[in-house]
Amino acid sequence: RALLSVCPGDTSVLAGLYGPAEAKISKELPDRAALEVLLRPKVGLPGVLERSREQLLRQTCEAVLLGVLHPRTAISLVLQVLSDAGSLLSCCLNAACMALLDAGLPLAALFCGVTCALQPDGTILLDPTARQEQEARAVLTFAIASRERKVLMATTKGSCSVEEMQQCLAAAQSAASTIFQFYRDSVRRRYSKC
Amino acid sequence: MAAERGTAAEALVGQVVLPGDLLLLPAHYDEDAEGERLQLSAGTAPQGRLLCGPGLRRSGAGLLVTKCGLLRHRPGGGGAYWVDSQQKRYVPVKGDHVIGIVTAKAGDVFRLDVGGSEPASLSYLAFEGATKRNRPNVQVGDLIYGQFVVANKDMEPEMVCIDSSGKSSGMGIIGQDGFLFKVSLGLIRKLLAPKCEIIQELSQLYPFEMVLGMNGRIWVKAKTVQQTLIIVNILEACEYMTAEQRKQALAKLSGN
Repeated sequence: RALLSVCPGDTSVLAGLYGPAEAKISKELPDRAALEVLLRPKVGLPGVLERSREQLLRQTCEAVLLGVLHPRTAISLVLQVLSDAGSLLSCCLNAACMALLDAGLPLAALFCGVTCALQPDGTILLDPTARQEQEARAVLTFAIASRERKVLMATTKGSCSVEEMQQCLAAAQSAASTIFQFYRDSVRRRYSKC
Repeated sequence: MAAERGTAAEALVGQVVLPGDLLLLPAHYDEDAEGERLQLSAGTAPQGRLLCGPGLRRSGAGLLVTKCGLLRHRPGGGGAYWVDSQQKRYVPVKGDHVIGIVTAKAGDVFRLDVGGSEPASLSYLAFEGATKRNRPNVQVGDLIYGQFVVANKDMEPEMVCIDSSGKSSGMGIIGQDGFLFKVSLGLIRKLLAPKCEIIQELSQLYPFEMVLGMNGRIWVKAKTVQQTLIIVNILEACEYMTAEQRKQALAKLSGN
């Protein structure tokens, strides 16, 4: 099934999750589900940047997915970028989490993505636009889990000190609460109709 | 947001729960149970064994929610908790009655597509009155209504068309004609509930035959093709219509 995720500004990503389905013999794992993530950019063919993002998304999803309940199956997550106005990776993370939630796959926790931009003067901007990302000294993206706000994935572009990274992380963890509340409200709205 | 320590299971019955929420059981409100067993007969806790149903997993002192949905509770016989979630993908469960489509005949077994991750196998002897000389007449593409005898995550699912006493009790090859379509698993559970309103209202419209498979498949046959298609459309739309809209739609159809 497909799910639309809208991030701040105009960044939007369409996510479709298929599975657990039959896996090819070459790809099946004997004790857990094989998760495959495909990220398609808005224009052009997927390149190295998409491949590295796919690996980040796959590792984050595998950390929360209870794959041991579906051995020898394949789960495919396809993400299509509809528009990009900054904070694309965290938008993809949110879309991936909602797709997993919507499909009814067993999860140990939820996760969300938050992007921080560290500006040259040291201020922290959450969910920056494309312009703010370009002007920033460093752009950090975190995947935060819903249980005890643990960090599942952190990726940085640019340079920053360890203290600054800790500050960005703290800001991201508090912003994550808003996103988890949004998940809860969306699910409530969906189940209010049945 | 659920606190790290978890909230009482009883408080959340009937409400939406998300994966990662921790539910505490009555015997463990005040203790930080680390390595203590689940004391089901201590104090005011209910007697008997507590059943942890779909969508929940035992985790330390309580139950961890693994799927999003509404939390349900059945108080009888020790109690059972489960999560009512909406899904379209079927995962085979032992004892479920499903509709399968025959995809291949391999020696003595038929391979059936049941909508799960693997095809299920059905032996030719698993029909009522079948012997080695008297084989059932099953072709590729036939519909079979049967139940799972083996269905776990490690093995290929196996189906039979007889119950434990050897009688078919409604299972077997589904006849000619009719229409097979797929709906979500939640709608099937709603239709299978006793005294389902949807089925009662539809039966007043036209007489029809229906087979419900727990894998989301429904087979319908009415007297004419048009009546069959009308029933199919109503059942597919039932998922998103409220009771009022459904009554209006049926009133319009029976008025025609």
